[in-house]
Amino acid sequence: MPLEALCIAQSHLWLPPNGSLHGLAVDRLMRWNLIAICVCCLAAHIWLIAAMLRRRRREQTGSTALRWTLLTALCAMYLWMAVTAQHLWAQSRYAGPSLEAMQVEVVGEQFQWYFRYPGPDAAFGSTRPNLVDATAGNPLGLDSRDARGQDDVVSSVLVLPAGRQVDLRLRSIDVIHGFFVPGMRLKENTVPGLVLHVHFTPATPGTYPILCSQVCGLGHERMQAILSVVSPAEFEAWLAAREHVRTGQRDTTGAPVQ
Amino acid sequence: MKLRLFTTRHRALGNLYLLLSLAAVAIGTLLSLVMRIHRVWPDTPLPFYGLLNPEDYLALVTMHGTLMIFFVLTIAPQIAFASLVLPEQIGARSMAFPRLNAIAFWIAAAALLVLLAAFFVPKGAPISGWTSYPPLSAIPAAGPGEAAGMDLWLASIGLFCLSSWLAAVNMLATILGERRAGMTWSRLPMTVWAWLVTSILTLLVFAVLLAAIVLLFSDRHFGSSFFIPAGDLVNGRIVGRGDGSPLLWLHLFWFFGHPEVYIAVLPGMGLVTSLFANFARRRVPGYRLMAAMLVAIGLLGLVVWGHHMFVSGMNPYAGTAFAVTTMAIAVPSTVEVLGWLSMLWDGGLRGGGSRFPTPMLFALGFLSFFIAGGLTGPILAQPALDSYLHNTFFVVAHFHMVMAMAGCFSIFAGIYYWFPLMTGRLMNETLGKLHFWLSIIGAWGTFFPMHFSGLAGEPRHYERLTGPATSFSGIVANERGITSAALFLAAAQLIFLWNIFVGARRGRIAPPNPWQATTLEWAPESAYAPINRGPYEYEIAVNEMNFYPQWESASKQE
Repeated sequence: MPLEALCIAQSHLWLPPNGSLHGLAVDRLMRWNLIAICVCCLAAHIWLIAAMLRRRRREQTGSTALRWTLLTALCAMYLWMAVTAQHLWAQSRYAGPSLEAMQVEVVGEQFQWYFRYPGPDAAFGSTRPNLVDATAGNPLGLDSRDARGQDDVVSSVLVLPAGRQVDLRLRSIDVIHGFFVPGMRLKENTVPGLVLHVHFTPATPGTYPILCSQVCGLGHERMQAILSVVSPAEFEAWLAAREHVRTGQRDTTGAPVQ
Repeated sequence: MKLRLFTTRHRALGNLYLLLSLAAVAIGTLLSLVMRIHRVWPDTPLPFYGLLNPEDYLALVTMHGTLMIFFVLTIAPQIAFASLVLPEQIGARSMAFPRLNAIAFWIAAAALLVLLAAFFVPKGAPISGWTSYPPLSAIPAAGPGEAAGMDLWLASIGLFCLSSWLAAVNMLATILGERRAGMTWSRLPMTVWAWLVTSILTLLVFAVLLAAIVLLFSDRHFGSSFFIPAGDLVNGRIVGRGDGSPLLWLHLFWFFGHPEVYIAVLPGMGLVTSLFANFARRRVPGYRLMAAMLVAIGLLGLVVWGHHMFVSGMNPYAGTAFAVTTMAIAVPSTVEVLGWLSMLWDGGLRGGGSRFPTPMLFALGFLSFFIAGGLTGPILAQPALDSYLHNTFFVVAHFHMVMAMAGCFSIFAGIYYWFPLMTGRLMNETLGKLHFWLSIIGAWGTFFPMHFSGLAGEPRHYERLTGPATSFSGIVANERGITSAALFLAAAQLIFLWNIFVGARRGRIAPPNPWQATTLEWAPESAYAPINRGPYEYEIAVNEMNFYPQWESASKQE
């Protein structure tokens, strides 16, 4: 697949290149945390090995001051970890998206991701599970009687404009799936019965794998898609073409067709 | 080693429990090797089986996790070792309810058989992982193995809950009611403190798991809808009748699942404290603090379950709350580690009287894994970082280091240490040391590199890299290394098996109190005086032995 080939190849065992706005801070935090625990782990092992090699015995139990100092230092480290991470978490999850954020719906279904754009009316049409019929071109069960759904665009590729905040509306039709975009440092489960929201801003144009991170059945590892971050102009063109196709088809057949 | 099957004697039951765990660990390890080999050569047919399907891989994952967590890490360090030595360690002659102990064992054995039967029913074992998230686990049509296989899984875990419950009631009653005169709280060996905490945890959390399993079973067969939302559409059919919530299962399951981790690792913490004291010939510095911290870890463990659910759709404020409680657990754990390290350092392990027999080596191995695996805990406790690392191989590395490897190394330490009590013989030291060094190299080689696969974003439960995920091809060399190390690690366990079977038949006859230990399980049969000593009275330069066992009365010391 040409799109798959475009995915940024990873040749190293580290975080994949970051393409999101909030990812910079996540990566920085991750790096400092990893350095901190590596130092602790190494120091503890040096202490352990030194004790194994040590011949001299202390008659009395050593001073407790050292232990209390170390404990205080380590507690300070845990506190720093908790505070910095909570700060980041609060920034990305406590507040809702900005009012200009673009709405996209993500729907997980054994074993496929679907992405729905609300179209010019900026409203998603209602869906009903008994209308779901992928072979008839209605994988999300769009209700044709709902006018808001007439202009909805359903895609199997997630195309987003760079630099604009996106508000994802996560749903699942059947079982729990995990919406995971490593390149966007983004993960949230899609849970049947719930509509969950996460928002983020893709910053760097490129192609990023979307994976399922929650075991969902026998096709779990095949449940993947592509996130394509493009320039705003390219995005407008892509969406307009999709909307045009949809409107044109409705004009001729009178019913919404994918 | 004379093995009597239908017995109510606690020591014989301890042996039986250990054999049950040995069977489970052998099968669980084989399953993991098949997974490792399949990950590296996904298109190579397996001997005696043929090509492994994606659902077969997920069935292996589920059964590996279930066997290891329930039948190895819950049974061996807690129930098996407690059956083996708990009564003696507190100066009792037997468990409080010997028959209950036997009944609990037979229920656990039945649970293992029921679980393994899942491999042989149509469509095979369940594929929803050991966490069995609904609706996947609630709807038989949601995948192969989710029909009869899942029912057997539920039946097995239900039986296991019952067995653990009975065993925990027994342990708790024994610790609370059967201590010999003078065996006060501050004279309990650290293992007994650990078993006290784990038995309380078991009573609390296995009850919740059993309830959750009954609800899930009811969703599957009696038309209820605790975990299935309205309008849920699985495999072309609407299955949601009422309006249940899959998140409810996650809360119930992880309320059990997280304390379960402490049930697996706390007995090891107690045991290595005793072993460090014994082999470094040191008192335990800050005994009361160390015991209090074991209790603190257990209690805090009850309020952190939400850190498994940061990305599950839980309220982000709840994420913050659970992150804070989780980070708090790092404090008592750090106190324990600093206590152990300073005890070892002060002991000067090459100094007079200290030794490195195999149990001590495995206890040191436990410490190494407890540190290395424990330190990634504070990273995963941060929701901002966990929302990248969740369900990647970083998590797999974390819990295999801190729970699986630390747990297994403590089990090895206990078996080498208490082997004389099980069989009257000692295991071979040379083979034991070889087993230790090969195991620690193999275990680090297997689980440490998994952190890097996880950082690269590699998700769990993927049987192969296809589609866009082929961008992870950078990890393939790493995966090959992990598989080789896993094969090496498993091969090293053959030495252990050989050492057990030869040691039990032809090992050197153990002298009384072979490790010169202070705790009561090593007391001669005749010693039955009230206790008036602490559990770790080493470093006493009064006699040439430099220690006072707990069974020696105060009057004899002058």
